[in-house]
Amino acid sequence: MKIHEYQAKEILRQYGVATPQGIACFSVDEAVNAAKQLGGDVWAVKAQIYAGGRGKGGGVKVAKSLDEVRQRAGEILGMRLVTHQTGPEGRIVHRLFIEQGVKIDKEYYAGMVVDRRQQRVCLMASSEGGMDIEKVAAETPDKIHKVFIDPVAGLTPQQAQDVAQKIGVPPQCVPQTVNLLQGLYRAFDETDASLLEINPLGLVNGDQVMALDAKMNFDDNALYRHPDIVALRDLDEEDPIEIEAAKHELSYIPLDGTIGCLVNGAGLAMATMDIIKLYGGNPANFLDVGGGATTEKVTEAFKLMLRNPKLQAILVNIFGGIMKCDVIAEGVVAAAREVQLKVPLVVRLEGTNVDLGKKILADSGLPIISATDMADAAQKAVNAAQSKPSSCGCQS
Amino acid sequence: MSILINRNSRVLTQGITGKTGQFHTRMCRDYANGKECFVAGVNPRKPGEDFEGIPVFATVKEAKQQTGANVSVIYVPPPFAAAAIDEAVEAELDLVICITEGIPVRDMIRTRYKMQGKKTRLIGPNCPGIITPDELKIGIMPGYIHKKGRIGVVSRSGTLTYEAVAQLMALGLGQSTCIGIGGDPVNGLKHLDVMQLFNDDDETDAVLMVGEIGGSDEEDCARWIRDNMRKPVVGFIAGVTAPPGKRMGHAGAIISGGKGTAQEKLEVMESCGIKVTRNPAEMGKLLKSVL
Repeated sequence: MKIHEYQAKEILRQYGVATPQGIACFSVDEAVNAAKQLGGDVWAVKAQIYAGGRGKGGGVKVAKSLDEVRQRAGEILGMRLVTHQTGPEGRIVHRLFIEQGVKIDKEYYAGMVVDRRQQRVCLMASSEGGMDIEKVAAETPDKIHKVFIDPVAGLTPQQAQDVAQKIGVPPQCVPQTVNLLQGLYRAFDETDASLLEINPLGLVNGDQVMALDAKMNFDDNALYRHPDIVALRDLDEEDPIEIEAAKHELSYIPLDGTIGCLVNGAGLAMATMDIIKLYGGNPANFLDVGGGATTEKVTEAFKLMLRNPKLQAILVNIFGGIMKCDVIAEGVVAAAREVQLKVPLVVRLEGTNVDLGKKILADSGLPIISATDMADAAQKAVNAAQSKPSSCGCQS
Repeated sequence: MSILINRNSRVLTQGITGKTGQFHTRMCRDYANGKECFVAGVNPRKPGEDFEGIPVFATVKEAKQQTGANVSVIYVPPPFAAAAIDEAVEAELDLVICITEGIPVRDMIRTRYKMQGKKTRLIGPNCPGIITPDELKIGIMPGYIHKKGRIGVVSRSGTLTYEAVAQLMALGLGQSTCIGIGGDPVNGLKHLDVMQLFNDDDETDAVLMVGEIGGSDEEDCARWIRDNMRKPVVGFIAGVTAPPGKRMGHAGAIISGGKGTAQEKLEVMESCGIKVTRNPAEMGKLLKSVL
């Protein structure tokens, strides 16, 4: 799960991480009032969307008067912000963050992720802040310093001090940087974060080190123990179709192709997308119905796929283990009837009770194209999608 | 010999009284030597009871002492599953297989930390388990699709492993042992660990290695194979079409920061001399071609 910058900063402040003062706003008037309340004579007006790269996309502006705050807030609020992370369709800005302006002397980078090989949290820091860290890692890897954190000891003062010195924080600022880095780790650890990125970490007003931006993602598997974080969720920022899928315990990710896939198991679901591509088609989605698919679940899965106006065919690929093929076949038939399917449906069943499953499909009277194996299924789905004249999968 | 488990293993089930634990313990007990091998269950609130004749103990330690169990399989719900692994490690079992999906990463980091220097091996979490066909099945895979033979299978997923096994079976190739190491980012045995075991197993002639996007386990394994493996290995990586930054069902199946792509893994595997296919329908055929 992701949250906004202003929410991440609020969490980080609770762990002693310094940030500029700021107020979240939902309207232009609120933005102007926020600037008044913060005081000073320069403010940052920042679009709050989940994607990064907001500055380059025009979503972050400096304002030097209240009039300018009003003007900038008006421009950004409601704009369609396109960044390298939003895709070409961009994101509508619904929230702003007004922050007190600070004089930035130097920008550093600090980030934390779980390192899979070391099986520990890794602190990464660099003297090259404000840039795309992946670019820094690719071009000047020696400028990225990594520390692996012992889960019992936490980020030690020695480790933090070493990192602060390596990225070139002025000597007089090292102690506060140590505190800040340790605060970041405690925040990461105690909130079950999966990613924490401060880019830039700024040296400001001569001698202060602050988080000028903040990005936090959280481990979905741990949200059950963080109701306070779940409450921060902004559904406007999430894909409605993924939200709907999650309600039915389906794992669904929309893609830009034309062949819908309904598969049990994540690995097989990816392999099914891959084989569609290999046979000249394009998958319309990733969809894992999981191990315990019921008729209701399969029906919901069909409905999700049919929301896609580009859908030209559906490929169901099931390897029945615990989930029996006859149960899935009944689900497919019921779902196809309920949604009055108008796109070709290719079904490949294998595994437990496969013969019974195939018989149910054959006896249904529905124009289901049966496939013998994955290759056959992919070929038939690609052919069916190419020969389908209409561009809409649903009955209007 | 097969690897990790065989007819002499003695298995206890943690979470035997739950619906999932009951269902799969029954299925495993009914497979091959399961009746002799599944000797105990653990539930701290129900010691002294039994599940269809399998005695239930309060702790893993007690179950081990009373029955000689050396392997555990875990079906405990996610909030308590890491602690269940810890308990099995503390009791010094040889092997723990954690089926549970959805354990927080933070819990697994701590569990893996505590496992340092301990003898216990961990398979999973979020995995289908392990099977030595016609001997013993510990996990949720359908037993009947397998047959004893000389091919090792290691994979990060469930149904894709079954698919691979079915392709082998269609070509008449049985398996020595099949292992699903799980789809989580922080887990126990990696491809590399399993590959080492297959390399040393005199009942395994060749290995089918199935991977997916996310992390760099497959690359690490490929480099080890290049330098050490004495048997043919073929591979498939799922997720060539997966978009970056999206979690594809498994918690660990994500391309992050441009790293962990299927393409990258396939290229490293090829450069290490491993035959790979980009067609998931041809895993079995490819394996047969190297025998």
